[in-house]
Amino acid sequence: MNLKALLGLFSLTLLMPTLAFAEDKLSSGDTAWMLVATVLVLFMTIPGLSMFYAGMVRSKNALSTFVQIFAITALSTIVWVVIGYSIAFGGEGPYWGGLDKMFLNGVTVDSLSGTIPETVFMVFQMTFAIITPALIVGAFAERMKFSAMLIFTTIWLIVVYAPITHWVWGDGGWLGSKGILDFAGGTVVHINAGVAGLVAAIVIGKRKGFGKTAMPPHNLTYTIIGASMLWVGWFGFNAGSELAADNVAGMAMAVTQIAAAAAALTWMFAEWIFHGKPSALGIASGAVAGLVAITPAAGAVGPMGALALGAISGFACYISVAKLKKIFGYDDSLDAFGLHGVGGIIGALLTGVFAATSLGGAGFGDGIDSMGGQVMVQAMGVGATMLYTGVVTFIILMLLKVTIGLRVAEEVEVEGLDTAEHDERAYIL
Amino acid sequence: MKLVTAIIKPFKLDDVREALSEVGVSGITVTEVKGFGRQKGHTELYRGAEYVVDFLPKIKIEAAVAGDQVDQVIEAITKAANTGKIGDGKIFVSNIEQTIRIRTGETGPEAL
Repeated sequence: MNLKALLGLFSLTLLMPTLAFAEDKLSSGDTAWMLVATVLVLFMTIPGLSMFYAGMVRSKNALSTFVQIFAITALSTIVWVVIGYSIAFGGEGPYWGGLDKMFLNGVTVDSLSGTIPETVFMVFQMTFAIITPALIVGAFAERMKFSAMLIFTTIWLIVVYAPITHWVWGDGGWLGSKGILDFAGGTVVHINAGVAGLVAAIVIGKRKGFGKTAMPPHNLTYTIIGASMLWVGWFGFNAGSELAADNVAGMAMAVTQIAAAAAALTWMFAEWIFHGKPSALGIASGAVAGLVAITPAAGAVGPMGALALGAISGFACYISVAKLKKIFGYDDSLDAFGLHGVGGIIGALLTGVFAATSLGGAGFGDGIDSMGGQVMVQAMGVGATMLYTGVVTFIILMLLKVTIGLRVAEEVEVEGLDTAEHDERAYIL
Repeated sequence: MKLVTAIIKPFKLDDVREALSEVGVSGITVTEVKGFGRQKGHTELYRGAEYVVDFLPKIKIEAAVAGDQVDQVIEAITKAANTGKIGDGKIFVSNIEQTIRIRTGETGPEAL
C-alpha cells in the first residue's frame, strides 16, 4: 500500500463519523430561526387572535374574549407539557406517540430534534397547540361559561388535538405515512378547530336574540389590527414549519404573503360587487382566509399556485360566511368554521392539485405519483380529521352539558360576560 | 323670551353657529342626539349579516332668545342648515317663563 492510498483511507475514516452524525448535529442557523418562528406563532394568539376576535364581539363581552384566549394560552402550555407533547411526539405509532415523554421526560438541554434543540421543537409545537383551541373561541363567543371552556380545552387538547397531530406529523403517524401534504397544519390546526367550532356552535346554541337583534362588532380597529398581527405571525407558522432556515422556508414565506394578499383582495372585491362597498372586516377576513388556505400548501406549492389558492379561498370563505351561515342558521359567531374550516378544507384539497410540478409545485408526497392520488390522500386526511374531531368534540361537549353546563344563564348573557363572569369591564369611559 | 330648539345634520353645526353669531345670538347649547324622521335609518353589513340602524346621529341646538329676535334666528338656522335633502331637521319654538343668570342673579331678558 502506497502512501497516497494510506492517506486516502485515513481521511475516509476521519470523514465517516461526520457522515454518521450529520443528521443529529445542531445547526445554529436553524435554531436561531426556529426561536424566532416560535415567538411569532405565540404572537399570533396573544395578542393577534385575541384582538381579531375581541373587536368582533359586543363591548360587554370584549374583555371576556381577551381573558378566554389568554387563559387558553396558559392552560394549553401546561397540558402540552404534562401529556400533550408525549401523545403527539413521544414515540412511534400510527395513532399516538405514547406516554414516554409525559412531563417532558427525557427532553433535556442536550436533546435534539433534527438540527434544532428538542426544547425549541417542543415549544414551537406548543404554540400550535395553543392557537388551535383559541380559534374555537370564535364559534362559542359571548355565551360559553368560562369554567366549561377551561375543562373543554383541557380534554379536547388531550383526546383530539394531540392524536391528530401525531397522525399527520408524528413518527409513523398513519396519515403522514400515506403521504399527506400538510406543511403547517391545514388539517391539524384549521380543519380541526373549524369543525370543532361548528359542533360547539350547534351544541351550545345560538346567542340570545341571534338573527333578531343587531350584534355588530364593537371595535373593528381591534379586528383589523389583530388580523395584521396574525398576518405577520403567520410567517413563523408557515416558514417555521420547515423547521430549518433553508430554501423551502423561503418559498413558504413567499407563497404565504402571495396567498394572503390574493385572498384579501378577492374578498374585498367580492363584497364590493355584491354589497356595493369594500369593508374593513371584509378585507381583514379575506387575508385570514388566504393564510388559512396556504397553511397546508406552504411547502408544496409555487407562487402561481399560491395566487390561485388565495383567490379561490378568499371567494369561497366569503360565500361561506356571508351566505351559507344564513342558509343553515347556525350561530358560528365569529366564523371559526367559515374561515378556518372552509379555508382549511379548500387549502388541504387544493394542495394536492398545486403541488404538481407542472403547476409550479414541489411535487407530491412520498409514494404518490399522480394528482388524483394526492388529492385522494388529501381528501382522506380532511375526512378523517372532520369525522374524528366532529364526533369526539360532540361527545366532550355533551358530557359537559349534562354535568356542569356549557352556557351562562340568560341573565348573564344579557348583562355581558365581562361583568358577570369576571367582575370587570373592558371600558370605563 | 323664546327657546329655539333645532335638530340639524351634524356637518351643518359650524355653519349654523356662525349664522347665529351674525344675528346676535350670544350663546347656544349643543347636544349630540339620535333619532329618526322621514330620512329613516341605513343598513350596515358585517360578513353578510345585515343590520338596520334606525336612529341616525343628529345635533340638537338650543338657543334662548328675546321674543323680537325669533324670526331672525329661525331664518338664520333655516338658511344655514338647508341642503334640500330629506333629513335636514326641524326647528321648534317654545315660550320661556323665566331666565336667571346664575352669577349675578339677573332675571328676564337681561339675563339672556
